[in-house]
Amino acid sequence: MANGARVSNVPNWLSGSMVARKHVLFGIGSFLLPLLVWCAVSYLPFVWHPKVLIAAPGGADYFQVGMLVDKSVFDEEFANMQAQNLPVPKGEPANPIYLPAPHEVAKAFYTSFSKAPQQKDLPWLHESLWHSITIIFWGFLISSLIGVPLGVLSGTYPTLSHLSEPFIEFFRYLPAPAFGALAVAVLGIYDAPKIAIIVVGTLFQQILIIANTTRKLDSTIVEAALTLGTKRMRLLTRVVVPGILPDLYRDQRILLGWAWTYLIVAELIGTSSGITWFITQQARYQHFDNVYAAIMMIGIIGFGTDILLARLGRRLFPWDRSQKKE
Amino acid sequence: MNNTSINKSYLDQSEAVRARFDAIKQRNVILEARNLGKCYPSQQGDVEALRDINFKIHRREFVCVVGPSGCGKSTLVRTLAGLEKHNSGEVLIDGKPVNGPGQDRGMVFQGYSLFPWLTVKKNVMFGPEMNGYGHDEAERDALLWLELVGLSKFANAYPHQLSGGMRQRVAIARALVNQPRILLMDEPFGALDAQTRAKMQSHLLEIWRNVDITILFITHDLDEAIFLADRILVLKAHPGEVQEMIEVPVPRPRSMGQFTDAEFRATKQRLEQLIHPPVSSEESDEDKGIKPHLIRFTHVTDNVE
Ligand SMILES: Nc1ncnc2c1ncn2[C@@H]1O[C@H](COP(=O)(O)OP(=O)(O)OP(=O)(O)O)[C@@H](O)[C@H]1O
Ligand SMILES: [Mg+2]
Repeated sequence: MANGARVSNVPNWLSGSMVARKHVLFGIGSFLLPLLVWCAVSYLPFVWHPKVLIAAPGGADYFQVGMLVDKSVFDEEFANMQAQNLPVPKGEPANPIYLPAPHEVAKAFYTSFSKAPQQKDLPWLHESLWHSITIIFWGFLISSLIGVPLGVLSGTYPTLSHLSEPFIEFFRYLPAPAFGALAVAVLGIYDAPKIAIIVVGTLFQQILIIANTTRKLDSTIVEAALTLGTKRMRLLTRVVVPGILPDLYRDQRILLGWAWTYLIVAELIGTSSGITWFITQQARYQHFDNVYAAIMMIGIIGFGTDILLARLGRRLFPWDRSQKKE
Repeated sequence: MNNTSINKSYLDQSEAVRARFDAIKQRNVILEARNLGKCYPSQQGDVEALRDINFKIHRREFVCVVGPSGCGKSTLVRTLAGLEKHNSGEVLIDGKPVNGPGQDRGMVFQGYSLFPWLTVKKNVMFGPEMNGYGHDEAERDALLWLELVGLSKFANAYPHQLSGGMRQRVAIARALVNQPRILLMDEPFGALDAQTRAKMQSHLLEIWRNVDITILFITHDLDEAIFLADRILVLKAHPGEVQEMIEVPVPRPRSMGQFTDAEFRATKQRLEQLIHPPVSSEESDEDKGIKPHLIRFTHVTDNVE
């Protein structure tokens, strides 16, 4: 049934499969393009490569094998050695340490799951990630438990919205990270203040967005329900909520994305933890391949969750037509 | 009465028609509007949408409301339904004043007002469930009504999978399953193509003949009004007032063949006279003051006519 409905909703001015194939191709392309640029910068020695990796120091006494020096420094020493008739240094063009090549990051990606971290005190990548995910989960859950009902109510009852929305409008301009010190003072240094920052960052937007979504519900639907004898509370639970559900779900997906953007700031508060701590520690030891692997992991998790939620949405709301256009 | 141009006046009724109207007037009054008035507040002061509306509708009568665009037809029906608050007068159902919407007045809207998240069957079950019937009873009634409007096969489809005509059938079933005293319909077939519309008109008459239901039907299509109605309430604009209540002299049962009958043409002529008065048509038009000024955008030799 759900499948049948989906097929009938593909625009018929273009064959459906053609549109779908084009979308998939473009989707892959949008990832391949930046990857190609990265490969070009990493593997083509004549593209960028501002450093030189020393292979043989020659007569330059402070050069060592494996050392990265600026190209200008290398050229200068090269000329010096030539002038003094000493053996010239040898080296290959290289990129700075903070730009590892794709294969190095891919390897780091793999080893971060397969090999214990080099430093004893460092957590595994997946442990850090899991910690971050729990922070997001609790932050978003608490925010939603307050924000969704409040949003729906103030979207339904104008009095409530006049009473609450001016303050919320004001509050949402206060940057959530600014509450960091306060959160630590009140909630301690562990996970609670981090969750609080995510709640502060998400909640106020959430109320406004969901109230707005609720207000956009087609008034004929509400009126039809009224003429069928629906009374107050039932109107909310049987008409307003199901009526806005697909849009509410979409809002929640977008808001979950925002919650992720507050994560890094939140995790720096109190004792730094989770993926942020992993990243800062790895950067301190100059394991930039690990840093990139961790950053990408965040992207993969965020993007992956959103795709899964979009699919789930299509299953949950077979009547919703706008969802299929995504 | 000064219509000398046609041989038959819309006031002339055959024996059968007169007897029918006499019988109707003997029946109970279902809906009565008494001195009904309605103002919309707006920036340029109040807009008086309805003024001193008075009429009665008897049991199982079919009344149509016509009038120029913006004369307050929708306002009238929404006020009767309780979706708008009236400023003066009262609305009586079975002699008792009503305020706010209720299950005793069913409504079918022009736009598709079905609940998109419910299947056709669940849409029809919605009313009974809201009014305290159990699931099984509601389902039984819903299936019966879907049978009556011919949509049993689509019981488990979602509204967006239906055509416009089918959706309005569901909307009618959904309103009638509640057993309202009166069915209010605001241009319900306005968005349908001519063929579907004709089918729906016959279908609605069929339902009306077989079910104990009184209907107030808004339309801007004069043929539709004459074809369907026992009486036609003609409104005039700014403010919306009752201009005339016309008893349609076209005998029942109605058929498409009657469109060319003398009674039909006389009634239509009268309606046109009332709604588009020949002299002051420009002033009564709500678009007065809008004068299009066209410039030519095509080459002088590029003519279409
Ligand atoms: N919510 C509103 N606020 C202010 N004025 C309104 C409102 N609704 C309707 N009106 C005004 O009341 C008058 C009657 O409107 P209404 O929609 O009832 O007319 P109508 O006869 O149904 O028109 P149509 O034939 O276009 O459907 C119009 O002049 C309109 O501008
Ligand atoms: Mg209208």
